[in-house]
Amino acid sequence: MNNKVIMWSVLFLILLGLYIMGEGMIFIEGARVKFAAILIVSITIYYYIDRARSGEEIYLRTIPGLKALEEAVGRATEMGKSVLFVPGISDLDQVETITGLNILGHVAEHTAKYEASLNVPVSKSIVMEAGRDICREAYLKAGRPDLYSDDMVHYLTDDQFAYAAGVNGIMIREKPAACFYLGKFYAESLILAETGNSIGAIQIAGTGSMAQIPFFVTACDYTLIGEEFFTASAYLSKKPELLGSIKGQDIVKLLVMATMVLTVVLNGLFQAGWISFDILSYL
Amino acid sequence: MITAEIMGAWLVVLLTLCIFSFLYKDNPFYKAAEHLYVGVSAGYVAVISFWQQIQPNLFGRLWPKLEDTGEVSVLKSVWYSVYEILNFISTGFGTLERSIFPEGGIKGYDEIRLMYLIPFILGIFMLLRLVPKLGWLARWAIAYIVGMAAGLRFYGFLNSDILMQIQSVAIDFTADWGSIINAIILFIGTMTGLIYFFYSTEHKGVVGRLSRIGIYFLMIKFGASFGFAVMGRISLLIGRMNQLKDYSAAEYNYATPIILVFIIISLAIWSFMDGGNKNESTA
Repeated sequence: MNNKVIMWSVLFLILLGLYIMGEGMIFIEGARVKFAAILIVSITIYYYIDRARSGEEIYLRTIPGLKALEEAVGRATEMGKSVLFVPGISDLDQVETITGLNILGHVAEHTAKYEASLNVPVSKSIVMEAGRDICREAYLKAGRPDLYSDDMVHYLTDDQFAYAAGVNGIMIREKPAACFYLGKFYAESLILAETGNSIGAIQIAGTGSMAQIPFFVTACDYTLIGEEFFTASAYLSKKPELLGSIKGQDIVKLLVMATMVLTVVLNGLFQAGWISFDILSYL
Repeated sequence: MITAEIMGAWLVVLLTLCIFSFLYKDNPFYKAAEHLYVGVSAGYVAVISFWQQIQPNLFGRLWPKLEDTGEVSVLKSVWYSVYEILNFISTGFGTLERSIFPEGGIKGYDEIRLMYLIPFILGIFMLLRLVPKLGWLARWAIAYIVGMAAGLRFYGFLNSDILMQIQSVAIDFTADWGSIINAIILFIGTMTGLIYFFYSTEHKGVVGRLSRIGIYFLMIKFGASFGFAVMGRISLLIGRMNQLKDYSAAEYNYATPIILVFIIISLAIWSFMDGGNKNESTA
């Protein structure tokens, strides 16, 4: 076992000990398992980020939807048409919106590189501000700040279906060659994706909203399902800290799977009366 | 006699049919309804957010009705002089009547909550976007929202997506055979679904086969979800159709058939005129 694993294990035990000592005074009572779970998840992810930073190669499997991002922008450029990016209808307090804006940065870099026009209608003022910052930076990074204008990220309305109607109007009139729906979506997802489909645009969608994924799968060319969408930033940027966090999350999934198997076994033994330990009362 | 109710019904029918006209193609009726919808909703949301959130929940907590806050000290008087300055500015330097800042403070709370200065200042930072030299301060507000949301959601997701999921996969062996088989299927689905979302491993061999099973489970879930949502949409459509049917009665002066005929005739004329052709040629 290497020194770092020992160091993190000791830290975990110290923090858990602090929680137990301060339970009811500093910390709320009855959240021991949750506290331990937060520590395990955080430490595992941080450990792998640290390993990636120190130069360890991290393998990431191919995600077709992400590979198609550049292809879609290239297609729009060839056709002389614009690129439409919809970051969803939620605010920056949703992780999907943040991920969507991260991908917007990559898309904006490509549109700057290929000199394609970009249109980002948003439904929240804070998302508009963040989106403008991200696009400005992306155009600067691509060496084309002259092509950037604040108007490419513009506010429509906060209302869900009015926003959908507005984006539909943009699609029908501008006929973008590539449509990206990357963010948090609700019932407007099918309206947007169907309209994009009807104008013949190449469509790439990604969301963590499980109820909306079926609509995107039906109407879009590529769909990033749930967590595939969240890995996009790591996949596109190849930054070691992001790649490390993906590896860390995989390990967390493995731990969750192991806990599930253990829960099923221990619960079975408890119900058979072979042990008196009820694991479900601890979770 | 034309009453407000009849006028309202005609407006509802007109706007509903204008939106439905999109099923034919993009046309002036749809454009008018869309722009009206987007504009009205944007304005409505802005007004509602101000009068239901900012005024009572932010200003109301910072400057509650002075008489409700107990003894009036020198510090309080100084604090309320800031309130008067804000009132002076908001009334166009005394030219308008008081509205946002009523005389002596805002009713609703009985103590001054200075903690709310933080969102107040962050809100001002957002507005500083309008001043190019100080626009960078808006990033602080955005950073606060992103950081706060990440921390807050971490605990929520961990609780609902990890710990509760682990509890849910526990098979109840005391139940009937049908339920046990059902629980086993769910257990396999959860495990294989998790394997599909492994990114740092190549999906080959056993992992590949298990992840394929996982994607089948996901697709079954998406299919069921799609069917469920379509059923919901159809019930919404039925609701709209019922309303249109109700408004076609004599008591509403046959609003639906008259407006429907009007829209159809107008669309037919528009299609034969330049407007329709021009729209098509840009396609």
